[in-house]
Amino acid sequence: MKVLKLKKHYLKDYLNVLRNWGEVYGPVKQEDKYIYGLLDDLDKLDTRMLRTILPAKKFLVPPRFSTFTFKDHSYEPELNNLPNRVVFGVHPCEIHGIVILDKFFLERFPDPYYGERRRRTAILGLSCVPDDKCFAKSTNTHFAEFGFDLAFNDLDDFYLVWVGSSLGDDLIRLKLELFDEEIKQSDLQKYMEWRAWRDTQYKLNLDLTAMPDIMELNYESPLWEKLGDKCLACGACSMVCPTCPCYNVQDQIRPNKTEGKRERLWDSCMYKQFALVAGGHNFREKRSQRVRLWYTHKLKAFITEFGKAACVGCGRCIDTCPVEINVKTVVSELKGGK
Amino acid sequence: MIKNPFQPIPAKIIDIIEETPNIRTFVLDLLGADFSFDAGQFVSLTVPGVGEAPFTPSSAPYVKDTIEMTIMKVGKVTSKLFELPIGAFVGIRGPFGKRYPIEKFEGKEVLILGGGVGLAPLRSLFLALCANLEKYKKIFIKYGARTPKDIVYKKQLSEWKNLKGVEVQLTVDNADKGWRGKVGVVTILLDDPKLNNTSEMIAVVCGPPIMMKFGTIKLLEKGFQGQNIYLSMEKNMSCGIGQCGHCRCGQYFVCKDGPVLTWEQIKDIEDPF
Repeated sequence: MKVLKLKKHYLKDYLNVLRNWGEVYGPVKQEDKYIYGLLDDLDKLDTRMLRTILPAKKFLVPPRFSTFTFKDHSYEPELNNLPNRVVFGVHPCEIHGIVILDKFFLERFPDPYYGERRRRTAILGLSCVPDDKCFAKSTNTHFAEFGFDLAFNDLDDFYLVWVGSSLGDDLIRLKLELFDEEIKQSDLQKYMEWRAWRDTQYKLNLDLTAMPDIMELNYESPLWEKLGDKCLACGACSMVCPTCPCYNVQDQIRPNKTEGKRERLWDSCMYKQFALVAGGHNFREKRSQRVRLWYTHKLKAFITEFGKAACVGCGRCIDTCPVEINVKTVVSELKGGK
Repeated sequence: MIKNPFQPIPAKIIDIIEETPNIRTFVLDLLGADFSFDAGQFVSLTVPGVGEAPFTPSSAPYVKDTIEMTIMKVGKVTSKLFELPIGAFVGIRGPFGKRYPIEKFEGKEVLILGGGVGLAPLRSLFLALCANLEKYKKIFIKYGARTPKDIVYKKQLSEWKNLKGVEVQLTVDNADKGWRGKVGVVTILLDDPKLNNTSEMIAVVCGPPIMMKFGTIKLLEKGFQGQNIYLSMEKNMSCGIGQCGHCRCGQYFVCKDGPVLTWEQIKDIEDPF
């Protein structure tokens, strides 16, 4: 993997150049939170952000998009004219989330909607320093070794920039003169010191080993009833989770009744209607069953299917759930904590 | 570009058979499309302008140009479908999921246990077995409907009875004046002295969730083995390829790991039905 240096004050110049390739998105402050916003004005970029409200999955699987337009019984796929996009500021945990989505959407039955957006979206990673809700070190997702096109590691006055793909290489070549190809021993030294320091910054540490066993042992636990009583079934945990992939499909018809579009929307297994079938039978009527399904999928079923849990330690569920049902509290209670 | 698994292909309704007051069999012309399925797999049916819903074909899998689906009017998609005339177009995609492993049924007695419209995929299975009827020791069809009016495939059921090696028994939950047959839920048909080699027998079950549950319980009581009980798990499959999440059942996506699952596979899942 090629590594380069970029002086920090060149970052905006570089992002400006990337606009020749596609729309450039990055962390933007919105009230007291951050989002991945369109950097139509590069001064909006705010690299101090820790976690955005919605994860970068929104670029690969938008919250709502049209999969087909239809007229009578003829369905035309909506896969053309998707824009090229650069997403800057994606933290290592989220890159791991994207790698999980890649497995989910591309390995078994490739999904052209995901595949096409993925191909047209350049992922530009950015190093981060955790807060008290991050636990990416516990999930071993605090460094990303692949899954990005470029990755920027912040070292005071410069970034070390890893080139992770041929697209990343092409993007560097759009303005190669901004980069310094010579990495000194002192730069390496600085990077290693930063890594060691940053490892000490994780205040939230969870032992997530053998979670499938712990989930299994807790299958009949009264804990699920307790969590079900508390859960508001709002689905926010699914929306903010970088790896929640579930979706619903709805046909939107125009007033002429012959034309319309087939849309795909984010869905959540926390919703009461999620397992409802025509005729009124609901396979997961109770909230406790739905909370258990969410955590079973995330911490157990995914390991069986893909060899890896689907939690990347980003802390969004901790930040978002209004009643404190999140990976931190659930894991702690599953293991016999308070 | 990746082949689009969500692309519906057009099919034309060429016949509509009124099975019961709220169940119809739709015969679809596939218009020469390259489409085939195995018994037990399901397809996603698009009713233009309303949406998609999953159905298991009820016709013989070896018939190539047309496909039949026996459908109960129960939700949004099916209500609109029932308004469509012969000649109207629908969309289909698939097939999805796992078939009945009929090669494992060879040399064995096969019990087909159906409830209500759940006989639809079982008809497809039975027709597939009929192609080589001599390969199976015996086939028992045991079917229950709510009332005599709700029995599907009435004519065919009476024809199948006459096939060598096939036995057909019906029951209804509530009889009417003309009914001379058995009365009671379908599980009463399992109290049959002819089912005397249950530990070796194959059972294939499809029906409403409550019937699947009590059917399985009774089969186990009768000595059927978990790995020989094949259940057509009908859930709200949407995408068909293990993505959208709706048909999650324990560690399975019913759409890709099922819809045919054995009791052995799902026995540890709390309330799979």
